[in-house]
Amino acid sequence: MRLGMDDIAVTRTPPWRDPLLLCSLAFVLIVALAALIAPWLSPYGAAGLEARRILETPSYAHWMGTDGLGRDLLTRLLYGARVSMTVGVGTALIALAIGTIYGLLSGFKGGAVDQLMMRIVDVFYSLPDMLIFILLSLLFGRNIGGLLIALGLVSWVRFARIVRGQALQAKEFLFVEAARAMGASRRRLMLRHILPSIAGPIIVTLTFSVPSAILAESTLSFIGIGINDPYSPWGTSWGTLAQDGWRAMRTYPHVLFFPAAAIFLTILAFNFLGNGLRDWLDPKGR
Amino acid sequence: MGSFLFKRIFHGLLVLWVVATLTFILLRLAPGGPFDRERKLPPEVIANLESKYHLDEPPLAQYLRYLSAIAHGDFGPSYKYLDRGVSEIIAETLPTSALLGLLALGFALALAFPAGLLAAYFRGSGIDRLCIFITTLGISVPHFILGALLIWGVALQLGWFQAGRWDHWSSAILPMVTLGAAPAAYLAALLRSTLIETFSEDFIRTARAKGVRESAVALRHALGNALIPVLTVMGPLTAALLTGSFVVEYVFAIPGMGRFFITAVTDRDYPLIMGVTLIYTALLVGANLMVDLFYGYVDPRMRTE
Repeated sequence: MRLGMDDIAVTRTPPWRDPLLLCSLAFVLIVALAALIAPWLSPYGAAGLEARRILETPSYAHWMGTDGLGRDLLTRLLYGARVSMTVGVGTALIALAIGTIYGLLSGFKGGAVDQLMMRIVDVFYSLPDMLIFILLSLLFGRNIGGLLIALGLVSWVRFARIVRGQALQAKEFLFVEAARAMGASRRRLMLRHILPSIAGPIIVTLTFSVPSAILAESTLSFIGIGINDPYSPWGTSWGTLAQDGWRAMRTYPHVLFFPAAAIFLTILAFNFLGNGLRDWLDPKGR
Repeated sequence: MGSFLFKRIFHGLLVLWVVATLTFILLRLAPGGPFDRERKLPPEVIANLESKYHLDEPPLAQYLRYLSAIAHGDFGPSYKYLDRGVSEIIAETLPTSALLGLLALGFALALAFPAGLLAAYFRGSGIDRLCIFITTLGISVPHFILGALLIWGVALQLGWFQAGRWDHWSSAILPMVTLGAAPAAYLAALLRSTLIETFSEDFIRTARAKGVRESAVALRHALGNALIPVLTVMGPLTAALLTGSFVVEYVFAIPGMGRFFITAVTDRDYPLIMGVTLIYTALLVGANLMVDLFYGYVDPRMRTE
């Protein structure tokens, strides 16, 4: 597992009055929008090389300067946002799907089946997730799809644990019992009665899963075992950009600073957002 | 206690076996092999290599051979480093990684206890809010970014340390800070929230009413009771330190096990990948076992169970 903000309880003011939460939300939306409309935002294009403008410092023409091949750094960051957002949101959704089904089944069945299913989760949970990502990415290949599967296959355990815990509690709620007494089928009980009553914690976990995935992806790309797909229309991962900058850091620190700031601020914004949402949707927290 | 210990050890061995088996299957399924080159090797050479490393045997025979070898502590030959076996590489690099991990853990604890205590004691004050803010920053910053910025700022600009070396005690400082920052932030936040609860409990009020000095109330009465949650997260914390270590070792060019793991992944050096994975798992299982034992020591209520 990874240590995450979701383990920490911090109390806050209502969401619409919390400036930190609103700024984080705005930042996340801006990054998402930039990822969507990257080709229309930049006059340069993802592959626009200018051989005479290598490693320039920020200027009016290139707001964040250029990289070692004379490419506009801001353009590369905008395209990189597509990778980060796809990996972050995609992983969170895959994990949500697997984890919710698994957790609901486990919590609802109870007994020996539940015990066995949770033992499996325990084993997954106790292993370092980066280790499993790396091993799985060997199997699924080092492209965005393979990474999504690898990350999703590891991240679901968080959802499984939370959903199962909530489902166990929800099973005892009077309205669930009443529905059961009235002859509701298992399927109906799970989907119509239990799932909506645990939506809050699920949304919070979903929010915290996005930065975890972005962190994992950019770290893997930085150490050179992440996405390796140079012709992808998705653009280059922020982690790879940071790696380029890391090599040039001694003399051209700006090539490192901008990608690093993009990664850090995006993760930070999602963590603040998750914090705020938790206080709002799931006040008991953990 | 004896049967409890036996059960935990058995469970640990079970986890190790599951991981060994899954890694074995995974690496057999993975596309691309260790002997793939830009220029294709002649088929005779490949056949020779495969028979040398027993890769031409049926999978089940390979699996049994592999299990019996690791049971004897032999992780096989490295495909990449032809002069050394995997066990040798691990024996050389593990102490470095372990030292780095322990330093980072010590750093995290040394920072988290005062910070958590201060924040909880002065709850809602400026100190508290500063602690929360720094904590969130510390948890959000990726290792590679913190490491790169420290190298740029402290080593290159200020010139206090030499980056990329591992030959003097001072070479360990920046890696230690990089690896320990997130655990420190995490532990500080955990201690803060536990201590806030503890400070509002009856026995604290009783102690104060009896006229116990404030410093003794905070240190002896409150902090002692906040140790259990800290102990509980030691398992996940070890996992975080392990995975953090391969990034930190990469950034600071430290000759530890993590760096070898990364190059092994790039080279598809399967025996090395499997060996390091198993060592990581064993370390983790060992850490969890220690935590279970310490529970009984710290919390007398656990001993009867």
